Amino acid sequence: MKLQEIIKEENLVYKRTPLMTDNVLSYCPGCGHGTAHRIVMEVIEEMGVQDDTIGIAPVGCSVLAYDFMNIDMVQAAHGRAPAVATGIKRTWPDKFVFTYQGDGDLAAIGTAETIHACNRGENITIIFINNGIYGMTGGQMAPTTIEGMKTSTSPYGRDLQLMGNPLKITELVAQLPGTYFVARHSVHNPAAVRKTKRAVQKAFQIQKERKGLAFIEIVSNCNSGWKLPPVKANQWMVENMFPFFPPGDIKVDGELVKKE
Amino acid sequence: MAKVIGAIVVDTERCKGCEVCVASCPMQVIELSKEVNGKGYHFAYMAQPDACIGCANCAIVCPDGVITVYKVNKRA
Ligand SMILES: Cc1ncc(C[n+]2csc(CCOP(=O)(O)OP(=O)(O)O)c2C)c(N)n1
Ligand code: SF4
Ligand code: SF4
Ligand code: SF4
Repeated sequence: MKLQEIIKEENLVYKRTPLMTDNVLSYCPGCGHGTAHRIVMEVIEEMGVQDDTIGIAPVGCSVLAYDFMNIDMVQAAHGRAPAVATGIKRTWPDKFVFTYQGDGDLAAIGTAETIHACNRGENITIIFINNGIYGMTGGQMAPTTIEGMKTSTSPYGRDLQLMGNPLKITELVAQLPGTYFVARHSVHNPAAVRKTKRAVQKAFQIQKERKGLAFIEIVSNCNSGWKLPPVKANQWMVENMFPFFPPGDIKVDGELVKKE
Repeated sequence: MAKVIGAIVVDTERCKGCEVCVASCPMQVIELSKEVNGKGYHFAYMAQPDACIGCANCAIVCPDGVITVYKVNKRA
């Protein structure tokens, strides 16, 4: 069969969702932010709720998410996205409201907003991109930087004696009564992308049913900050970050998932 | 000639040459071109078009969403 016979509208199986704008993403080649954006937009498109969804962009590399996500968006001050989301959701309880935040935004400067929104059980969705580093500002150590990981402010690797412990904020918010669904996933290979998408679908469904807050962490590469080519960065992530940040469900239907 | 049932179209001007698609293709269809696009990136292309099965793995992992996938379900 010739290529021209295959490349026809009726044989189409996948194309970028129109909920991603035509703007070229400002992300580095191979950065997981783009994949994570598209997953969220595909879920919103498939649910047909693009006119009823409001996203909150953070400060960080994804500060321009509103240029890429073809829905209504607000950009919040650093770390304050869950507070802004709270206000919007309480004003318009029928709208779908989600935040999209990096680890510096959500787990450092915004820790208070994160914990209180989760503890109050706001009926919102939080998408948390954990790349273990402050990507935008030049790869400084974040609360999520794992032991031994080199960053521009821990050039010999994170030393726990000197720099303290990394923070598993996802496990922490799972302990709070206000969270209904908490999971950790990734976007580095096709299977992981499919799992993440199912989790995001579930999160939006929970919001639709007004069951409470859904919190999805996506462990992702910051290949520029980690100073590795994208594919190697993803391998490094699997080998080094997954032991500390294991993918999987953490809390389902308001109950912590029992670990054997 | 092997039966081709899948094909991808890469928006080469928007491809950033990250190779994430290359690593995700089960059939080793994709390689980076020797030429570069307007931004200077070696873009992805179907080096082994006959091997593509239209699984869309490459497209769903492409951070920039520049891959479109086509598939013919007819069996040989
Ligand atoms: C109030 C305030 N403090 C500090 C900064 C500087 N700043 C910009 S982005 C950023 C960290 C972003 O890291 P992260 O949230 O992990 O996102 P990434 O860029 O890695 O996606 C910081 C500290 C700022 N813009 N505003
Ligand atoms: S600096 Fe890191 S997080 Fe930011 S776009 Fe580049 S790879 Fe992605
Ligand atoms: S994953 Fe996308 S951007 Fe990266 S090389 Fe492949 S087609 Fe290009
Ligand atoms: S559709 Fe599947 S087989 Fe074809 S190039 Fe993409 S990953 Fe490879």
